[in-house]
Amino acid sequence: MAKAKPTACDNRTARLRDLHERMVLIRRVETRLGELFAEDEIPGFIHLSIGQEATATGIGAALGTDDTISSTHRGHGHALAKGMDLGGFFLELFGKADGICAGRGGSMHVADFDIGMLGANGIVGAGLPIALGSALAHQVKGRKSLSAAFFGDGAMGEGVLHECLNLASIWSLPVLFVCENNGWGEFSPSDKMLATTPLKLAAAFDVPAKSVDGNDVEAVADLAGTLSDAIRAGKGPHLLECKTTRVLGHFAGDPQKYRDPAEIEALAKKDPILRAERKLRRAGISAGDLAATSERIDNAVEAAIMQARNGANADFASAAAAVYAGGA
Amino acid sequence: MAEMRFMQAINRALGDAMEADADVVLLGEDIAAPGGPFGVTRGLLDRFGESRVRDTPISEATIVGASVGAALSGLKPVVEIMFMDFMTVAMDAVVNQAAKAHFMFGSQRPVPMVIRTPHGGGLNAGPQHSQCLEAWFAHVPGLKVVCPSTAADAYGLMRAAIEDPNPVVFVENKSLYPIKEDFPDEPSHVAIGAATIARKGGDLTIVTYGAARKTATDAADILADDGVSAEILDLRGIQPWDEAAVLASLAKTHRLVVLHEAVEAFGAGAEIAARIADIGFDELDAPIVRVGAPFMPSPFGRGLEAEYIPNAERVVAAARRVLE
Repeated sequence: MAKAKPTACDNRTARLRDLHERMVLIRRVETRLGELFAEDEIPGFIHLSIGQEATATGIGAALGTDDTISSTHRGHGHALAKGMDLGGFFLELFGKADGICAGRGGSMHVADFDIGMLGANGIVGAGLPIALGSALAHQVKGRKSLSAAFFGDGAMGEGVLHECLNLASIWSLPVLFVCENNGWGEFSPSDKMLATTPLKLAAAFDVPAKSVDGNDVEAVADLAGTLSDAIRAGKGPHLLECKTTRVLGHFAGDPQKYRDPAEIEALAKKDPILRAERKLRRAGISAGDLAATSERIDNAVEAAIMQARNGANADFASAAAAVYAGGA
Repeated sequence: MAEMRFMQAINRALGDAMEADADVVLLGEDIAAPGGPFGVTRGLLDRFGESRVRDTPISEATIVGASVGAALSGLKPVVEIMFMDFMTVAMDAVVNQAAKAHFMFGSQRPVPMVIRTPHGGGLNAGPQHSQCLEAWFAHVPGLKVVCPSTAADAYGLMRAAIEDPNPVVFVENKSLYPIKEDFPDEPSHVAIGAATIARKGGDLTIVTYGAARKTATDAADILADDGVSAEILDLRGIQPWDEAAVLASLAKTHRLVVLHEAVEAFGAGAEIAARIADIGFDELDAPIVRVGAPFMPSPFGRGLEAEYIPNAERVVAAARRVLE
């Protein structure tokens, strides 16, 4: 007997399962990073995106390998959503020789150019011109690709955002500006720091913009898909504001004394992963199924951590020889 | 051998590089339709079209940052920053992004880009349009810095800079733009970091670069009248700089003056003097003397600026000190 043709509803559930799985992966990776950082196994500064997984995942779902992204200091989710290899990722976070950046960059500089991930960035707003330049390369070389620039609401105060909206607009560049609006710029609430909104700012530069519930992964993926299609069709840059939630502090270990504990507590209701799970359960996915997904991801993450722990340390001479390309 | 202006040599290098490689694109404020504030890019828009020769808004931070993104995505951008003073506005893109991308991303991609920018006085352009800030960039690992003094070197260094896989800050002394010089029929590339002997001599070495080469030559003429033979070494490259060539000249002369138009304190000359005092100590018969601008902003007034920029008399005085 021939198999029943999958219905649109089945396809949607299958897609949500993929999106959910990617979010669980990001959550698990970052939860473990927080622990490893607290235990001093991972050095440096770590900025976690727990609570924001749906934006990275939803945008990532709309992009292909030939599309490029630039990311922020809170970039683990973007990297993983773009398809960064878990092994190379953890090796990098541990500062090991076989890390994706040879142990020279760390959390704030994960990059994988083979999949179009042009780097997390330690400077607020600095990824925006890089994504813009990548879009320029797509345009000049006649590629059908687009370039997505992730930035937080904190970057709204940076001049380069304004410059990039302007330049992308006048050159009609294939850029998707993605504002992850979590309401906080480091330790300060954005409503006290910013006199405008992402949508108003985009409008000032004639860049079409939409806002979405950034914790609804399906909504993000749908709208990112629509805007990406428009960009690929030559309609120039677009902006997508994803309203999301930063559950933890600016950096791992931040006690968040500047925040009302009740506000943080209320974020649990908006958790993007729990929301996706409720939808999946309603669509008939069993709790056991979801638990199995979670376990599979846990195992993959633990294997990557073990590999990273046992990896060789980055070698100083190799780093010293890499200051210039071509060794000169 | 025909004559060519310094600025025309750069224009020709840009055009030849664009003919040779479709990935080379030009970005900058007023470089396309207006042909550049000094006319360096004149005619290139007509030859290569608006996709590859682009006028940008006045957004230095973004056009340099975009050049980094473009370089990481397959282009070879040459971006003009209209005055070196304006590099301050683009410092994040230059220092944190361009200089570090190859290193901090684990050598995944090179960053083949050139930032062209004019420095220097002589136009009474005042404190914000005259500065020589090359030492800042030479201090940043990952950047290369060059500063030609002749039309042929400007051509050769520009071709090399565009083909280099690293970000190169290409410093053009704006007082040189109109100078006409002999130009070879078949100009060649100049290796970045290779000095050239601008004048042979045996009694002392004057190490310099950029427009100060002319000042060194004037000083050497004055010294020659007194029977002193000065060797002039034109570094051409500041990062990297040609340590071996300086040592080789010092082995002949045993006396060293370092001259540049930039402020003397903490300038490129300080690095050269410190390094040679270390590795060339046995060759030195006298202290190394630096000649640079005084520790003050570039002043505007004619008399003020003329006194500010190091002149031949100051170089002669420095030479006499090392010859004592």
